[in-house]
Amino acid sequence: MMTAIQGFLGPWWPLVWTLVKILVIVLPLMGAVAYLTLAERKIIGYMQVRIGPNRVGIKGILQPLADAGKLLFKEIIIPAKSNKYLFLLAPVLSIAPALAAWAVVPFSPELVLANVDASLLFVMAITSMGVYGVIVAGWASNSKYAFLGAMRSAAQIVSYELAMGFALVGVLMAAQSLNLVEIVQGQEGGLFNWYFLPLFPLFVVYVVAGVAETNRAPFDVAEGESEIVAGFHVEYSGMAFAVFFLAEYANMILIAMLAALMFLGGWYSPVSFLPDGFIWLAAKVSFVLLLFLWFRATFPRYRYDQIMRLGWKVFIPLTLVWLVVVGAMMQTPYGYLFH
Amino acid sequence: MMEQIKNLFKSLLLLELLKGMSVTGRYFFARKITVQFPEERTPMSPRFRGQHAQRRYPNGEERCIACKLCEAVCPALAITIESEQRDDGTRRTTRYDIDMYKCIFCGFCEEACPVDAIVETRFIDYHGEVRGDLVFNKERLLATGDRLEAQIAADRAADAKYR
Repeated sequence: MMTAIQGFLGPWWPLVWTLVKILVIVLPLMGAVAYLTLAERKIIGYMQVRIGPNRVGIKGILQPLADAGKLLFKEIIIPAKSNKYLFLLAPVLSIAPALAAWAVVPFSPELVLANVDASLLFVMAITSMGVYGVIVAGWASNSKYAFLGAMRSAAQIVSYELAMGFALVGVLMAAQSLNLVEIVQGQEGGLFNWYFLPLFPLFVVYVVAGVAETNRAPFDVAEGESEIVAGFHVEYSGMAFAVFFLAEYANMILIAMLAALMFLGGWYSPVSFLPDGFIWLAAKVSFVLLLFLWFRATFPRYRYDQIMRLGWKVFIPLTLVWLVVVGAMMQTPYGYLFH
Repeated sequence: MMEQIKNLFKSLLLLELLKGMSVTGRYFFARKITVQFPEERTPMSPRFRGQHAQRRYPNGEERCIACKLCEAVCPALAITIESEQRDDGTRRTTRYDIDMYKCIFCGFCEEACPVDAIVETRFIDYHGEVRGDLVFNKERLLATGDRLEAQIAADRAADAKYR
């Protein structure tokens, strides 16, 4: 079958095959993003003793499709004094890294698009690019609110990137590899071999920094409604706005995915008598995403200087101390606890 | 010093944040209090002041005797009444308009009425489609009264002992 299609397409085969692989990852991801928005509205609604959207389809199951349809048909308004090219480029700059990082994310030992050696480094490098979308959007809008939001958001993303990077250094010390598949395989053998136990402070720092990285509540000063309306994307409408939205949620899923892979044992089951598989990975990702939504339903917004203090004066020292602890412990007879 | 160390551990262990999350987590399973409006409605008092109506006696005679107390008491000057002596010697209205654009639903007209002719019903689902649609004339008020008489009578009976 494959060879028949390959022969039929001739020189076009590599292109078509690459496109197929892209679609196989991006389409389910977009579906997950769409239903994450519904889950968010439902879960936050339930926590506020409401019932959330329930009119479109059975129990509101088609709400994301209705939202997407609405946004597709809305006009993209380009502000008169904005920089048109950068204004339209910014959403692309924002979503491209959020999707590109999925190229190296393993879904099971075999099911990974590109099993590169330094995939963790690749993910870190690619996700750092996302901040350019934010800055360019804020600058090109030529609006003071958008600009302030972009500045806040960029400073916050850059600060928390450090804490997050240090937290991941702990993981690669424990796994002694930068390859995501090998990192997960280092955690084989049940709940007590997962890295979140020996690296617990780093796990907490990673999750909180992940919330800050994606500019979500309680770290959502970048779009603090009461202060600067909607932050960097205040001038965007229609599909351009939707693309920022997709990027934010795709980043959330990516952060949750990395947390599941690096700290929660990826596709391994927590107990030995149940088989491993993708279902466990999906369950762990859903759990981390539930935490994201739960945080948003619970915590009030941080003040901006407190966010910076938390990032620079608490998380970075904390991670550095724990890295020294891990490094020192590995030299002792108890080092096996940290592998 | 001890206090500081205690506080440090308290904040590092995120105790207060976990407490907050336990509260929202509990409410996740709480009974939802949303009222699904078009299908469900919140309970309404028999004293509710909604759309106005003119009532009739059981024999079909309209109650209003054109005493104009409601017109006098109306703080928004929404009521206009003109009257005439009828052939049988009784005084009746020839015109009874309530301008619902002016009405503030205070219920004074109902309180002032000596014969329970003008009442405010529990009915709230009405609208105007062209300008002037919400100036209710006598025919419209009487029609509303005829349509809702059962509920109006029941509400007055329920409230009688407090009046």
